Amino acid sequence: MSESPPQSGRPIGRRAFLGFVGLGLSSLAWGGAAMDLVAKSTLLVPESLRSALPFGKGWRIYAVSPPHPSFDPATWRLRIEGLVEHPQTLSYEQLLALPRARQTSDFVCVTGWSVDDVGWSGVRFDDLLAAARPLPTARALQFVSAEEPYTDSLTLEQARAHDAMLAYAMDGHPLERKHGAPARLVMPQMYGYKGVKWVQRIVVTDRVADGYWQQRGYDRDAWIGGSNGR
Amino acid sequence: MAVDPRLAAVAEPRVMRFGVTERRLHMAHATAFGVLILTGLVLYLPMLAQILSDRPLMKSIHLAAAAAWLTALVLVAVLGDGAQLRATRREIERFDADDLLFLRRRAAPSGRFNGGQKAHAIVQAGLAVLFTVSGVLLWLGERDTAFRLPGTIALHDAATLLVAVLVAGHIAMAFSRPQSLEGILRGTVPESYAAEHHAKWRPARAVGEAAAGWRPGPMRISLALLVAAAGLVAIVALLRDIAG
Repeated sequence: MSESPPQSGRPIGRRAFLGFVGLGLSSLAWGGAAMDLVAKSTLLVPESLRSALPFGKGWRIYAVSPPHPSFDPATWRLRIEGLVEHPQTLSYEQLLALPRARQTSDFVCVTGWSVDDVGWSGVRFDDLLAAARPLPTARALQFVSAEEPYTDSLTLEQARAHDAMLAYAMDGHPLERKHGAPARLVMPQMYGYKGVKWVQRIVVTDRVADGYWQQRGYDRDAWIGGSNGR
Repeated sequence: MAVDPRLAAVAEPRVMRFGVTERRLHMAHATAFGVLILTGLVLYLPMLAQILSDRPLMKSIHLAAAAAWLTALVLVAVLGDGAQLRATRREIERFDADDLLFLRRRAAPSGRFNGGQKAHAIVQAGLAVLFTVSGVLLWLGERDTAFRLPGTIALHDAATLLVAVLVAGHIAMAFSRPQSLEGILRGTVPESYAAEHHAKWRPARAVGEAAAGWRPGPMRISLALLVAAAGLVAIVALLRDIAG
């Protein structure tokens, strides 16, 4: 293309390229910490704008088999079965009639984003299971989503954590469809993939069964900061 | 007798700025970028993800486009004029005193590429590597947590931010000088444009439509077919993996 002498000048560009790629690759080690710092600084921005920021705090909705399950209050039922004396089938109204718990907790996703101070309302698992009466052999709860084949489990002990609940309202409003309407698992001490959305069945079992993400290599006990290589 | 100004424009001699291989390489990057940035933004911005929450579809398109992009790059290298690409690389990576002056926003004569165009190409080449590495790591990390490095997301995100700014500027500049746009689309620019903006460049006159001047041999064509088949297999495997 060119008759100008191709060898004029110094190959600064090659060094710049290698330096740039090297710096970029090194961020595989330090980029996470840097991103946390930036994300914290976005808290200075008003919340309505924050979700538009690339490094901001806000929900990212994942779906394993779209579209999201739909919810009809008239026909929706929650079944509680497995190792229980009295299997239950609860309507939406019956679920709302159970003792209501409220909490504010952070939601942390294993992929790096988080949402602070989410207000949840729902039912603690001791209250939810009281009528079903788990058998002495019961060790775990398996949560089956209407979004097949998504499932995940908690041990009974984990489910009795002070801030674990089956939530049906978020920030003062009934759970939105994309957040798992009408009911989802909230377990703030673990990464978000444990928080099964669109829960339609809770199976009481004698051991923890691997769920959707565990079959894909994620840890069963998803403690924040203490699992999945963190 | 007055000369029709349109005839005068047609009559102006044109010079070759970009060869066929260079233009195809640019088109492969540009097309892939369009698809990757649109699907990527949906995956990336919480606000868009909530509106368009068909994440698996966006993700499938994103990954398939990435595989198609890498396949296209290999195809251009196999089928294209390698000597020309190597010459272009040497041209871009060398900065002379005038290029450095240009980067400091001083008036300085440029060759076929000015200092800014060289710097842009180098950063884009680096970003291509970083996107590929961090993207493959994101994909592997979903399959095996051993591949989940603390900075993978940060690198892919920061690269996205940088590339969006660079490409926005790149497109704005291309449209502010229609002749440069003609150069990358058709291969040729008016001689006066070359003299004005690339004074040190001694281009060859274009004869008619830019001719290819390069034909791949049968070995190259067979290799290209193999690469294309491997790319297709990879794309189908990716889509099946996501669907399953």
